[in-house]
Amino acid sequence: MANDNIGPKRLVVGAHYGMRDWLAQRVTAIVMALYTVIILVTFLTGKDFSYEGWAGMFAMQWFKIATFVTLMALFYHAWVGVRDIWMDYVKPVALRLTLQIATMLWLIGCAGWAAQILWRA
Amino acid sequence: MSDDVKKSRPEFRNIHIVDLMNYRMPLASVISILHRVSGLLLFLLLPFILYLLDKSLLSEESFDDFKAVASKWFVKLIILALSWAYLHHFCAGIRHLVMDVHVGLDKDSARKSAAGVFVVSLPLAALVALKLFGVF
Repeated sequence: MANDNIGPKRLVVGAHYGMRDWLAQRVTAIVMALYTVIILVTFLTGKDFSYEGWAGMFAMQWFKIATFVTLMALFYHAWVGVRDIWMDYVKPVALRLTLQIATMLWLIGCAGWAAQILWRA
Repeated sequence: MSDDVKKSRPEFRNIHIVDLMNYRMPLASVISILHRVSGLLLFLLLPFILYLLDKSLLSEESFDDFKAVASKWFVKLIILALSWAYLHHFCAGIRHLVMDVHVGLDKDSARKSAAGVFVVSLPLAALVALKLFGVF
């Protein structure tokens, strides 16, 4: 206990995921913000608001990948945010754990659905 | 050691919902709670968003279905709520990112940037509303 400044009585505990998730939430936020700009520019500069224009945009492989990466960022971002909400407001451990697991499974399911929507033959 | 840790300590929790009325909420805290509300709303409506994306991309017929669904007034209301939630979450999120790099942390600028979030997000949401309900 010589070289740290936390004092001899303080016990540092925790899973240490706080910083990682805090950072992940910021990085995913930037990814989503960039995608928002891309989709707005692509959509608003195109004159074609028909099915062909819309589906044509999503037919490009780079756009599929950009969309997929953004959705993955969204799901991770949502996981951190929704888990924060459960941790803040839901105190009974069993209920909290149930909600957290449900959130996780639900988001993984959404990821599968998103991939299917984007790469349907 | 464990005795020290288990000593009863004051516990600081989120204020209880019934206490809310007794607090004067500064603008920044209104932004903050709406950030949470809008985020949860977007999360809960994820399946609806994916459903719309699915319909809009599957085929020309399903695209027409998508347009038919989206032209119902209550669906327009949901889309408006989603648009507001996105705009608010986006603007408040940008404010977060700026404050994370220690810009505008003092009381005065924090209040101004909180006002700025509303100044940007609410008119844009109003524009979406006008567009959705066919004013232009």
